[in-house]
Amino acid sequence: MDQTLDEVLALAALHFKVAREKLTPDDDFFKTLGIDSLQALDLLTRLEHHFHIELPDYELQGVSDFRTLASRIQARL
Amino acid sequence: MNSYRGQAISWKLSGGVVELELHREACNEIGSLTLHELEQFAGVLPALEYEAHALIIHSSVKAGFCAGADLRELYQRSQALDKKEAAKAVRDFVERIHRVMNRLDESPLTTIAAVHGVCFGGGLELALTCDMIIADRMARFCFPELRLGLIPGFGGIPRLKRDVGNAVVRDLLLTGRSFNATKAQQIGLASQLAGEGEALNAARATAAQMGKFDRATAIAAKRFIKPVPYEELRQEIEIFCELFSQPVVEAALKKFVESEDAQPYLP
Repeated sequence: MDQTLDEVLALAALHFKVAREKLTPDDDFFKTLGIDSLQALDLLTRLEHHFHIELPDYELQGVSDFRTLASRIQARL
Repeated sequence: MNSYRGQAISWKLSGGVVELELHREACNEIGSLTLHELEQFAGVLPALEYEAHALIIHSSVKAGFCAGADLRELYQRSQALDKKEAAKAVRDFVERIHRVMNRLDESPLTTIAAVHGVCFGGGLELALTCDMIIADRMARFCFPELRLGLIPGFGGIPRLKRDVGNAVVRDLLLTGRSFNATKAQQIGLASQLAGEGEALNAARATAAQMGKFDRATAIAAKRFIKPVPYEELRQEIEIFCELFSQPVVEAALKKFVESEDAQPYLP
């Protein structure tokens, strides 16, 4: 789980050009990354490609922090 | 006329290939303006078909190919009319968009949708009129209509059923979930994947290849392998219009239009 969370944070930081050290597991990624719903879908697509998984977006309903996002991904690995 | 520049769409003919570009911000939502311009395009298509062998539909909007119907316009228009008038206006719109979609589907040109980013609802229905979908690897597809208390109304279900297995159709329709380009290729919806930003170039290369073949043969092949499901398309219009009159739709549209949630597409 820790590794998954690290990879989620690293990928989000890289793609949205935010310093990795500014992101923490319990951040609201919409606010921290400054993204809207369409950009969140872009992040979801990148995560699916990175982890080679399919993550239905309804499993992310109400999810806005990196830790929970990583746990949803972990459940599909 | 070899080119046209509209407010929502543009097209040009060059080297035997027609490129239809969608360019209405935010993400090419299909409302009355886009429909009007698509109808104009359908009107000139017979002349273009005489000159060309292929049609590529693509978007120059960063967010994606097309986010579907213009739900804000749909809601605002329905609010300005009484229920009977609103139902009539929706049926008129759906009948008109079906005529355009059917015309694209029937075209003797070999047609390609070069898709990137968001390809949702009516946008996916537009892509499904094409003979093939070439997807940017970051493209994302979805039929979210059930989330609004509706079914796809621009010909989506019959055309999806034509292209992919029923188990997948049920999953995508009944969950309303989105899926990525890899999945789209796995289920047979997208025929080719392209790197980020490369779908249009891949479509151009494919169109150039098609230009090498005898046109009459290509037209005969297309007629044989891609029948238009007219009967089911009519059924879809009736079901859509019946569902649209239900109170759940108005409530869902209101919620969507007024939402300030970070994920308004996820009811």
